[in-house]
Amino acid sequence: MEIFKKNSKNTKIYFLGFVILIYLIIGIFNLELFKNSLSFFSELFIKIFPVFFLVFTFSFILNFFITQKQINHYIGKSSGYKRWIIAILAGIISVGPVFVWYPILKNLQTKGVGYGFIATFIYNRAIKLAFIPVFLIYFDWKYILTLFIVLIVFSLIQGLIFEKFINIKLPKETLNS
Amino acid sequence: MIPFFVGILLLISLIEEAIPQSFYTNVFSKNIFLDSIIGTIIGGISTGSSVTSYVMGGEFLKQGISLVAITAFLISWVTIGILQFAAETYYFGKKFTIIRNILSFIFSILAAIIIVFIYGNI
Repeated sequence: MEIFKKNSKNTKIYFLGFVILIYLIIGIFNLELFKNSLSFFSELFIKIFPVFFLVFTFSFILNFFITQKQINHYIGKSSGYKRWIIAILAGIISVGPVFVWYPILKNLQTKGVGYGFIATFIYNRAIKLAFIPVFLIYFDWKYILTLFIVLIVFSLIQGLIFEKFINIKLPKETLNS
Repeated sequence: MIPFFVGILLLISLIEEAIPQSFYTNVFSKNIFLDSIIGTIIGGISTGSSVTSYVMGGEFLKQGISLVAITAFLISWVTIGILQFAAETYYFGKKFTIIRNILSFIFSILAAIIIVFIYGNI
C-alpha cells in the first residue's frame, strides 16, 4: 500500500515537472507565449480557487458525515433510478472545471458508486443553466431546450452502457490517493 | 493533489494562449457531415468555460457554419476531455477514460444530428 502511495505522489510530481519543462522550452523560443500563458494561468488559478475550496470542503463533509449505507441507498448501484436523477442534477448544478470534481467522484467510487454514475455526471456538465442568458443571445429557446433534453438522454445512455456492458476494476495506484 | 491540478491548469493556459481564435473558424469546410466531425474534434481539444463555447458557437453560426457542426462542437467542448485526459486517467483509469471519450465523440455527432433534426421539425 505504501508503494502505491509513493507511486501516486511521484506521478503527480513528474506530471507537473513535465509541464514546467514544456514551459521552459517555450520560454526559450517564444518568451511572449510563455509570459501570456503564465498570466492566463494566474487569472485562471484565482478564478478556480473558490471552486477548489468548495469541492474539498464538500469532500471533507462527505468523508466524515455520509456513511457507506447512505451512499448505497441514494447513489450506489442498488439505489435504482434515484442515482441517475442525482447524477443528472449534480452534473448540471456542478460548477468549475471538470477535473476539480475528479477527487470527489473517485471518493464516491471507492464507497460503491459505479462508473455509470460518474460518466452520467460528467456528461451533464454540458448543461449549464446559469449561462442560458448568454446562450439566448445566439440561439433560441427551442434549440436550447432540445439540446438540453437530448443531452440528458445521451448522458443516461452513456451511464447505462458503462453499468451494463463495461466491466472496469478500480486502478490500484489511486486506491489510496 | 495540488501539483497535479497546477500542472493541468498550466497546460490549459498554454493551449488557450497558443491557439488563436481564428484557427477555429478557418478549419470548417462547409460540408455538413465533415463539419460535424471537425466540430467534435475542435470541441474535444478545446477547453474553458461552457460560456466561451456558446459565444464561439454563436459566432460560427453568423459565419454560416452548419448547425449540426456547431451543436457537435458545443457538446464535445464539455463531454470530451483531451486536455484533462491525464487527470481523468489518473483518477479513473485508462479504460474508463478511453471508452468514455470515444463514446462521447460518437455521441456528440449522433446527438448533434438528432438535435438539429428535432429542432427543424418542431
